[in-house]
Amino acid sequence: MKKKHINAMEWSCAVASIFAFLCLWHLGVKGDLGRLMPGPGPVIRMFLETLFGGRIGSCTMAVHILYSLARVMAGYFLGAAAGVVLGLAMGWSRLVEAVFSPLFRIIRPIPPIAWIPISIIWIGLGEDAKIFLIFLASFCNVTLNAWSGAKSVDGDYLRAAQMLGAGKGQLLFTVVLPATVPSIFAGLQVALSSCWATVLAAEMVRSSEGLGWIIIAGMNNNDMVQIMTGILAIGFVGMLLSMIFRKVETRLCRWNKSDS
Amino acid sequence: MPVEQKRQLITCTNVTKSFKVPEGVHPVVRDFNLKAQENEFICLFGPGQCGKTTLINLIAGFELPDEGGILVGGKPVTGPGPERGVVFQNITLFPWLTVMGNVEYGLKMAGVPKKGRQRRAQRYIDLVGLQGFEHTYPVKLSGGMRQRVGIARAYCIEPQVMLMDEPFGALDAQTRYLMQEELQRIWQSEKRTVIFVTNNIEEAIYLADRIIVLSNCPATVKEEYVVGMPRPRKYTAPEFLSLRKEITDIVDKTL
Repeated sequence: MKKKHINAMEWSCAVASIFAFLCLWHLGVKGDLGRLMPGPGPVIRMFLETLFGGRIGSCTMAVHILYSLARVMAGYFLGAAAGVVLGLAMGWSRLVEAVFSPLFRIIRPIPPIAWIPISIIWIGLGEDAKIFLIFLASFCNVTLNAWSGAKSVDGDYLRAAQMLGAGKGQLLFTVVLPATVPSIFAGLQVALSSCWATVLAAEMVRSSEGLGWIIIAGMNNNDMVQIMTGILAIGFVGMLLSMIFRKVETRLCRWNKSDS
Repeated sequence: MPVEQKRQLITCTNVTKSFKVPEGVHPVVRDFNLKAQENEFICLFGPGQCGKTTLINLIAGFELPDEGGILVGGKPVTGPGPERGVVFQNITLFPWLTVMGNVEYGLKMAGVPKKGRQRRAQRYIDLVGLQGFEHTYPVKLSGGMRQRVGIARAYCIEPQVMLMDEPFGALDAQTRYLMQEELQRIWQSEKRTVIFVTNNIEEAIYLADRIIVLSNCPATVKEEYVVGMPRPRKYTAPEFLSLRKEITDIVDKTL
């Protein structure tokens, strides 16, 4: 009962604040600023018109979104898988940690977009170069979190498992891995937004479809409405991604929460 | 001492252990000797910080002694293993497993097929009175219920020896009394050799066949009492109170 009440309050506040923002935006572009900045009406109209019907460049908005999403997902999952493996290995084995942590410490602070020129020279202008950049964004975040999570597994869990007869490999897969899942998810969440930022940068540099391309093409054509439509779509898709992520996390980390 | 001839299960001979600390070496256990018979319930009772937990860790194999030897079932202890079940003070259930998952864990590690291990786990879940909570995660259980799972988990690997390190130390007084009764009931229906560490004298007298009173740190055996009272014991019985006074007096002197 109480929970329902809070939900109703949250929903009405969300609607009110978005509506107020749109009103301010609408009023703000009434004057001279209107020459540099479109109002919310044309932007939302363009978004809805191009979503399935009209085209921006070669395809509809929905297809542009799918292009960006497909690139993100490919790089994200590859990077996450590699990151979980390396991170767990580094947290589990001091030898692996000693070998990989110096390299990792140097590579991690380099923002993925710094690799754009190299990736174009090495891999070319196609999809692989973009996926490589997104892979890096995902890999670094996930590795770091899996590593620190695996290192900080409560020693009492390990003792309890050993007492119950678990061997070394069993300790890794039945204690270290599940105990690290919450940290891995924290890493996956940061990685998702980092990947989303990286795909846009990669598409802005060289691409003929995707949300990053919409913005850059809008700039080249002096089309402010298209730029703002692209930005709106980026925010919208990003929000949906993190909502889906939360759902999956709640499901997989059920044991970690006392209220669900 | 019980007079009938029983199999001797645990033998600690001149066990000595110290830890390195920044100020030098801190002796925790000195020349500790213990002989435990099959199905005997032994309480190690001593002042706080006297090295009781270290003794449990040594028998469990989490630590190895500097000097002396520990034999369990005739074999020297070289590391933790499923013939010595441990019930921890801070319980340490695996929070990512359900009650069933925790209790069957040891059997799973041993490669027992799913059907057989779940049947056996169910028996111990029933024994500790948690039927209906098989699919609950530990985070949803009260402290007393969690420790019931801890006991079932250790029982389920059917160890020769149960080591209990102040298992009820973190529970409130009411739950603690209840759990003492429960543990006695469980132990009477499934006899095991138990080494039970406590700093609560009533708990020791209520549960033990034999109470080993430990000295202040470094821990060594100060005195031994055989508790001959029939079970279930009454906290207010005259023998209970006089034994309580006797032990309390001797412990105070070591502090």
